[in-house]
Amino acid sequence: MASQRIFQLGLRRTAASGFTRTQTAGRIVQRRFAATQNVNQETGQEILANQRLKRPVSPHLAIYRPQITWYASSLNRITGILLSGGLYLFGIAYLAAPTLGWHLETPSMVAAVASWPVFAKISAKALVAFPFFFHSVNGLRHLTWDLGLGLKNQTVIRTGWTAVGFTVVSALYYTFLV
Amino acid sequence: MATTRAFARLAARPTAVRPAVFTRSFASVTDTAARDPISKAGEAINPDPTRKVVPESKTSTTKEPAPDKDAKIKSFHIYRWNPDEPASKPKMQTYTLDLNKTGPMMLDALIRIKNEVDPTLTFRRSCREGICGSCAMNIDGVNTLACLCRIPTDTAKESRIYPLPHMYVVKDLVPDMTNFYKQYRSVKPYLQRTTPAPDGREYRQSKAERKKLDGLYECILCACCSTSCPSYWWNQEEYLGPAVLLQSYRWIADSRDEKTAERQDALNNSMSLYRCHTILNCSRTCPKGLNPALAIAEIKKSMAFT
Repeated sequence: MASQRIFQLGLRRTAASGFTRTQTAGRIVQRRFAATQNVNQETGQEILANQRLKRPVSPHLAIYRPQITWYASSLNRITGILLSGGLYLFGIAYLAAPTLGWHLETPSMVAAVASWPVFAKISAKALVAFPFFFHSVNGLRHLTWDLGLGLKNQTVIRTGWTAVGFTVVSALYYTFLV
Repeated sequence: MATTRAFARLAARPTAVRPAVFTRSFASVTDTAARDPISKAGEAINPDPTRKVVPESKTSTTKEPAPDKDAKIKSFHIYRWNPDEPASKPKMQTYTLDLNKTGPMMLDALIRIKNEVDPTLTFRRSCREGICGSCAMNIDGVNTLACLCRIPTDTAKESRIYPLPHMYVVKDLVPDMTNFYKQYRSVKPYLQRTTPAPDGREYRQSKAERKKLDGLYECILCACCSTSCPSYWWNQEEYLGPAVLLQSYRWIADSRDEKTAERQDALNNSMSLYRCHTILNCSRTCPKGLNPALAIAEIKKSMAFT
């Protein structure tokens, strides 16, 4: 390709020589300073393969702007794992309690929690209430999206912050007043 | 091929050669020394009697141009990585531009940096009007087209420009899109029919059927949405991603296409489609204002209720 182009330029130059002779001064001379070399197909493929081995992955999680869309989604996942994991752990412990001699029946649990200081009680309640309400409310959003509803950008943002607000209000209510 | 074309053009024109005034400057260099490689020019020592060294006492000191009083200097931090130095880590390089002398869009800033500051800065660009999708990149944390993204005029804030997230970097802001295009090919993005047109001429659509394709056919495959999707970041090999799924839905929704069932069947596994967890970054980031999340929801619905 390059050689053809040079040939064309040469053609044009010889053809135009009669016109250009008079005015050479003042013309800007373009020169290419980049050093290039021709490689054949195989060498080119080799260079490409070598480059592909060493390519870095562009930054992702750390540089993407925090938005309600993906923050709410990851929170939904995390709270889901916390809640279901807690449930499974307690369920298994409850099953294993008689053989291990633990006391996980309701009356003994109530008695145990009653002996805690107020600070521990409130933080334990908050620890359960926030994930529970966020996951429940956000779960409703996910159900509506599965029906193909509420997928407009504005709606998503609005319902997202509504879910956050509702979570905070109801979780605080259950933490302090119930 | 090109040479024959050049000959043909020479022969066809009444005045085969334009006057040199109108030719491009580099095409009519008659000074043969100018065509020598630069190394040769360096070797040649031709003392020019007209150009003697001027003693320092006879020169005037030229100062750097004073910076504009109302210059709006903004910093751009740009991701750099050079494949010719594979051992070196990717780094951020800072450029400063006077916004008064720069066009309004991020692409203008990038082009100006490349033209005037650092010619090694590498990025893709073509149409500069948001129809080719070449200049997709992560600007200030959001994937968008540089040509459609205004430079925030607040000079106190510095702009950060990265390539599309979680893609292999070819160089600087150029990601490797091979996998993305392969995935696009895998959904067979073309009309598939076995029966001929009823009237033997055209595959006709009603207005309502055509309307279903609005918001789908406008996609320019810039990959902004796919690379904004955390699910696509972690499962790029198997999950098709929002852009390709939107294209897939564009053919599923097309009333003229007869392979709808096959298309749906190809998506019916745990990875291709169902790695979409309705995170909705895709619709949020689409520079063309399309809604890939809605398209994916429609595919899921169509597969659940058939």
